Amino acid sequence: MEKEEKKRNILESIWKSLASVKLAIFILMILALSSIIGTIVEQQAEPARNISLLAKFFGDSFAPTVYNIFVKLGFMDMYRSWWFVSFLVLFSINLVVCSIERLPKTWKIIKKPLKPMAQSGIKSLPVKKEIKLQANLSDVKDVFHTALKESRYNVFEAAEEGSIQLYTQRGGFARLGAYIVHISILLIFIGAIVGVRYGFKAHVNIPEGGTTSVAYDNNRKSIPLGFSVKCNWYDTTYYPDIDTPQEFSSELVVYDQGKEVMKKVIEVNSPLTYKGITFYQSSYGKIPDAVGHFVLDVSSPSGQEKTLWLRHGESFVIPGTEVKGRIVDFSTALTRDRHSNQLITYSDSMVNPAVAIEFEEPGREKYTGWILKRYPETGNLMNGNKVIFKDYWGVEYTGLQVAKDPGVGIVYLGCLIMAVGLYISFFISHKKIWVYITQEGSKGKGPISVTVGGSTTKNRITFEQEIDKIIAKTSQAMEGRSKK
Amino acid sequence: MSSANLFDLSAGFYFAALITYVIYLVTRNKKTGVAATTLTIVGFVSQTIAFALRWIHGYSYWLSANPTSGLIEALLRSAPLRNLYESLIFFVWCLIVFHLVIEFKYKIRSLGAFVTPLAAAALLFIDVAGTTTEIQPLIPALQSNWLLFHVFLSFIGYAAFGVAFGAASAYLVMVTESKTEKTYIFWSIIVGIFIIVLVGMGIDFVSLSSSERSQFLQNHFLKSTLRSDSGGVAVVSWIVSIVFIGAIWQFGFGLKKVLENLSITPRVLDEIQYKSIAIGFPLFTLGGLIMGAIWANSAWGKYWTWDPKETWSLITWFVYALYLHARFVGGWRGKRVAVLAVVGFIAVIFTYLGVNLVLSGLHSYGAS
Repeated sequence: MEKEEKKRNILESIWKSLASVKLAIFILMILALSSIIGTIVEQQAEPARNISLLAKFFGDSFAPTVYNIFVKLGFMDMYRSWWFVSFLVLFSINLVVCSIERLPKTWKIIKKPLKPMAQSGIKSLPVKKEIKLQANLSDVKDVFHTALKESRYNVFEAAEEGSIQLYTQRGGFARLGAYIVHISILLIFIGAIVGVRYGFKAHVNIPEGGTTSVAYDNNRKSIPLGFSVKCNWYDTTYYPDIDTPQEFSSELVVYDQGKEVMKKVIEVNSPLTYKGITFYQSSYGKIPDAVGHFVLDVSSPSGQEKTLWLRHGESFVIPGTEVKGRIVDFSTALTRDRHSNQLITYSDSMVNPAVAIEFEEPGREKYTGWILKRYPETGNLMNGNKVIFKDYWGVEYTGLQVAKDPGVGIVYLGCLIMAVGLYISFFISHKKIWVYITQEGSKGKGPISVTVGGSTTKNRITFEQEIDKIIAKTSQAMEGRSKK
Repeated sequence: MSSANLFDLSAGFYFAALITYVIYLVTRNKKTGVAATTLTIVGFVSQTIAFALRWIHGYSYWLSANPTSGLIEALLRSAPLRNLYESLIFFVWCLIVFHLVIEFKYKIRSLGAFVTPLAAAALLFIDVAGTTTEIQPLIPALQSNWLLFHVFLSFIGYAAFGVAFGAASAYLVMVTESKTEKTYIFWSIIVGIFIIVLVGMGIDFVSLSSSERSQFLQNHFLKSTLRSDSGGVAVVSWIVSIVFIGAIWQFGFGLKKVLENLSITPRVLDEIQYKSIAIGFPLFTLGGLIMGAIWANSAWGKYWTWDPKETWSLITWFVYALYLHARFVGGWRGKRVAVLAVVGFIAVIFTYLGVNLVLSGLHSYGAS
């Protein structure tokens, strides 16, 4: 018997300490302090980087030793380490247990019906006002009743001899705000676990015109997508006259079982999702040694237009004219050097692509002109002919972040609930109001004395203003009545 | 007049206000107090106009680059919250709004002496750091409504935390009974460091050329004094700093009398502190953490990656969550929670500036 009781006592004390605020405070402190480590030690980085970082603090000779200790402690990937995860688990248990422990009491407070209060009790409330009116008792009561109702209070009445009391409460559910926030944190954790368990994060580069049906995770393991994705083109656009990128975009086409099912131009902040897998524009680059096609839109004043796909050295004719062009040179980033005044290529990446075309027409000397992709007006030729340099296609790849995260919906739901919970806990208060109306003197002769008292869980100043407003409204209404 | 000039003008008014608030604290002359408030309001009006001007400029810039953009989209994309410069300006603006509200609602003027230094520090930081005042085009990753709301709400939250910090520092000195109290020593050190960094940045500002300032964040922060390459200068700076903190500890106690004479009660400071946090915490949670995560997910497909910035904002959140729990269910009162309010704001500063300033510095060194 004694043993059992002892056992129960131990269990009870464990339960109590799991529910305690002390534990919550302790865990929050530990989480805050320990999280700092992972912001100083670079996470999941190459050892050399962190060893040279540690050398700054511990000297070159000790750094490798300290590094090894840190590795053992899990500091190099600490947010996934057993001890950090254990703290998060303890944190969750604390949230659950303390909510279970406290919720019934809170629920009781919310559900407890409000009772009328003695006048002396009302006078000792944190917020109280007294007014006197020359009127009839039931009139005053009616007016207060309406005013409270207009302020969305559900009013109860209690009558005694020579006095009437109105009492009401609102916003009791505000006391649940903290629990709602606790639940939302748990939901976010659940969503994160679902994401890790059933989702993946991967990456894939697709050359312009290329197709893939797999992506690669951090360990370079290939993950089959279950369908294939083609990149029609990749493009960087720039702000006018400066080399600041305005948008990175790729046109992607999804093929499922050989059929085209989706086509979208993706941008940063505007991904494509198919069958739960999302493709984000994350990088781009040049394919080494690739030979591409020059895509030109050529047109003549007669309105004839044509899109041409040409290789280096190939020739074309502007439709409807005798003007012949031949592609003779290409620059990834053309500019005029400020000092030498010569045309130079200032970057290996395609910042300001330009194509040099040699034009030939009967009765004129050959001439060569540069046409810049970012400045289409450079392609306005004589006699109204136009050559627009659309793209140098086939030399770039698009880098896509590929993610499947079935938990993200749960995480977002958690976030939404958290926002609601925070709103309730910080901006709504549990307010109670008592209005005690009594006739001074005897037999309906004396003035009516009204005592308004109230309490609130927060925002007392606003609450006082609310009560003032109600009183002002009633005095106004009373005046209106006496005039009639 | 360009928006940058107007911002400078408002910064001038705020600095003048700061000095006037301090004079008011010392002299308790009512007219000086009114002058301080007036200076703050004038600064605030010019800053508001500058903010609007900058938005308008940004709007026409965006439209010139994106002629097909709709009205709402253009307005959102051109909101002046794009870089360090603009976000700090907005932080100062929010701080001043909160400060003016408190001044008129609680009728206490002297809190200005604790809040305007934050505004001054932020503005000085902008100037020293030589952050670009040009309207910069929005790079693709930043072209998101989530990001805009994220920055907007975060900074309102930060400003609220800043006010709580000001109230908590005033509170800590007011409730001090003797100089050997731990909280008073803590207060002396924090206030000391705050002023030292402010002065140090002032010296950086004077001694750096404008081209060096553009690299300020990474390379030149406090390089003229505490982090000087010349050992002598560094040692002297450290000694001066430590002596200075000692002096604050020795004489800061006098502030208590000054505040008492201005009939400020610790109770009011305590209330301002927790009300500010009660406003800051939900805004920071929603704007800083939730919207930041949603933006990251829509841009990169990862809502949380434990990068130092994210982690530090979570640390900040933990500290304020700790504050709320300690205060409302843990029964902590007075000094202990005030210390938490101070620590919370240090975490805020670290989240916004320290991560770029200290941590990235560490890592870039490691990479070289």
